[in-house]
Amino acid sequence: MLQVISLLLENKPGALMRVTGLLSARGYNIESLTVARTLDPELSRMTIVVDVEPNLRKQVIKQMNKLVNVLQATDLTDASAVCRDMVLLRVRAPQENRTAILKEAEIFSARVVESSLEGFAIEATGDPEKLDEFIAVMRSYGEIEVTRSGMVAMSLENRKLRLSPPIPKGDEAVYSHIRNGVLNG
Amino acid sequence: MSNLMSGARILLECLIREGVDCLFGYPGGVTLPFYDALYEHPIRHVLVRHEQNAAFAAEGYARSTGRTGVCCATSGPGATNLVTGLVDALMDSIPIVAITGQVSTKLIGSDAFQEADTFGITRSCTKHNFLVKNVAELPQTIHEAFYLASSGRPGPVLVDIPKDVFQAQAHYTPVTSIHLPGYKVYTEGHTGQIRRAAQMMWEAKKPLVYAGGGIIAAGASQELQELVELIDAPTVCTLMGLGGLSSSHPNFVSMPGMHGSYAANMAMTHADLLIALGVRFDDRVTGRLSAFAPHAKVIHVDIDPAEVGKNRVPDLPIVGDLKRVLPKLNAALAELKHSMGSQNASDRADWWRQIRCWQQEHPLAPSYSATEIKPQHLMAEIDRLSGGEAIVCSDVGQHQMWAAQLIRFHHPRLWINSGGLGSMGFGLPSAIGAQFARPDKLVFAIVGDGGFQMSLPELATIVNYGLPIKIIVMNNGYLGMVRQWQELFYNNRLSAVTLDSFPNVEMLAGAYGFKGRTIESPAELPPALEEAVREPGPYLLNVKVSPYENVYPMVPAGGAINEMVLAPPQPVALPK
Ligand SMILES: Cc1ncc(C[n+]2csc(CCOP(=O)(O)OP(=O)(O)O)c2C)c(N)n1
Ligand SMILES: [Mg+2]
Repeated sequence: MLQVISLLLENKPGALMRVTGLLSARGYNIESLTVARTLDPELSRMTIVVDVEPNLRKQVIKQMNKLVNVLQATDLTDASAVCRDMVLLRVRAPQENRTAILKEAEIFSARVVESSLEGFAIEATGDPEKLDEFIAVMRSYGEIEVTRSGMVAMSLENRKLRLSPPIPKGDEAVYSHIRNGVLNG
Repeated sequence: MSNLMSGARILLECLIREGVDCLFGYPGGVTLPFYDALYEHPIRHVLVRHEQNAAFAAEGYARSTGRTGVCCATSGPGATNLVTGLVDALMDSIPIVAITGQVSTKLIGSDAFQEADTFGITRSCTKHNFLVKNVAELPQTIHEAFYLASSGRPGPVLVDIPKDVFQAQAHYTPVTSIHLPGYKVYTEGHTGQIRRAAQMMWEAKKPLVYAGGGIIAAGASQELQELVELIDAPTVCTLMGLGGLSSSHPNFVSMPGMHGSYAANMAMTHADLLIALGVRFDDRVTGRLSAFAPHAKVIHVDIDPAEVGKNRVPDLPIVGDLKRVLPKLNAALAELKHSMGSQNASDRADWWRQIRCWQQEHPLAPSYSATEIKPQHLMAEIDRLSGGEAIVCSDVGQHQMWAAQLIRFHHPRLWINSGGLGSMGFGLPSAIGAQFARPDKLVFAIVGDGGFQMSLPELATIVNYGLPIKIIVMNNGYLGMVRQWQELFYNNRLSAVTLDSFPNVEMLAGAYGFKGRTIESPAELPPALEEAVREPGPYLLNVKVSPYENVYPMVPAGGAINEMVLAPPQPVALPK
């Protein structure tokens, strides 16, 4: 079953690898993954859609929360959240189809971002199922090329972010015996 | 305070601030600047003979003291050689910090000489790891590494340091605080849950304490003993938890699990309340999970929230540090004792009678022979000489199980073994670390004839540093544990388990300049062991034992733990 996970993590080298490694080590297949900076450039927001057995979902979230670079991992699968996907699509549009294609695009609130004699490049956002339909419709006009962003999700609930405070580094005076070369002083 | 020094010197300053008095390592090209800084430095560097053993020695140091062990290795092959030790420490939650050299930052990613992606390779082998790209980050990173290794659920942390970072000059300012906003440590435990746990513990008719490595990691043995005595509960300690409650304590039943005692496994199966403290319901303990402790409610206390509910969903979870939770739990128990303490007294007396009965029916007793040394006899003799006080570092195999069954430990941190990973080659190098950390202690390394040959290079280290380790080879001529499984489950088709050509130990030890001896008759055993212990230096005692002895009780893989094979195959009739 697909699980939707939203992660807030430190924008550091290797942070992404830790998250994906955790999933691949357990043999879970990642359906989609998006990641980008947040308002705070030191942090990233990641949305992962991953195939996990329902009874293991909690364990996955706990393991993710254990990662040092992860500030918060949230399971959005059954939570109240908005989930969006974006598709960029190129469709060949000979003269006779152009109006029809534009009409369809309008129905799906898609935007033409590039137009040429050969056809259109169209951008659409929406929930993933709606985009599936859009793609199917466009396909009926001939060959298409598609790039999807993967899901981005946002929780609609207020979740308190609990961060650990800085820890003072203790006094080193106790270790003078090492400087004096005494083992196990 | 701020003065200009090299990255290598800065690292040493940070290590001193972390209280590191010795490190186990092996130098190489990219760590030359670090080793140059170490020259005549007060931190003691112990030159092991293989990097894997640097990691195991650091573990031995950590396991015998609770302090973070440190190992270091060069880039490429040095770093990859550490990997087994890192995973070993991860599985058993042992605090170690590994420092590895890396090729210079400009060369990273160019397939430079001795370059390996240490950061990538060790990601899943560590609790956390770092690649330091700039000397300015070095002090902060080192202190973060030590904090991560030793706090919460302890574990290995690796810091990969490129050669130019060691060489770079920087103003060193001691770090005054570290900040890991996403690193959560749960310590206190939920007060309401703790109180409910105390109630459940008084309400139980057949309570059983199931204590693991977490008790030792938390340093909560004293608190455990108080708890056990307060409610007079029978207690089993896992392979990782041995010594958490003294083996001679009247409430100590023994070890449960695949090679646990009959009484411990029967107690698990019949208990109505499991008080699980610092354990992870490992498959080697639970056997078939669906049949494990079927009648018991479970209270699970652990510092790692991901362990709680992972294998067995507890009726009452408490996430916290046992060192903080147990005193509160004990206080709650003491407070409720007056009103609840006697309500199940007669059921509890029956429960104790039942457990004593199981213990007498099938005790974990050594067996003896007039003609050959039984492995159990060997362990009983080591136990006699140790008296519950020596440090015993074990390798992996049959000898490990007999040692765990038959040697007593009166304190925590005396029993040192590779539990979760089961790494052969662990015993000898971990004894090196333990003997450095505890020079006052008698240290036995109990190893099989297989595992011993995985650690041979470290004989030089032992002699080099004059470590008086008593190496006891339980020599059965086989990879005994594998042979046992082949005998029992593969029609005794003994495939690739014969260990011929074992060296002559007198000559082997002699070649290194210390004393070795082989014995094979039971009469020789006590005096030979005494001689080994009396010897001021190291001693290599090769004990030829009966080759075909199997470890019992045994729960076959996939079996329920009450379906033990107690002796050469014949299942036990179960009281229903
Ligand atoms: C590095 C490693 N390789 C293989 C194994 C699998 N294994 C487990 S026990 C064992 C046999 C150990 O033989 P020995 O050291 O002679 O000890 P014995 O069982 O005979 O006491 C083997 C091969 C292991 N645990 N670790
Ligand atoms: Mg053997």
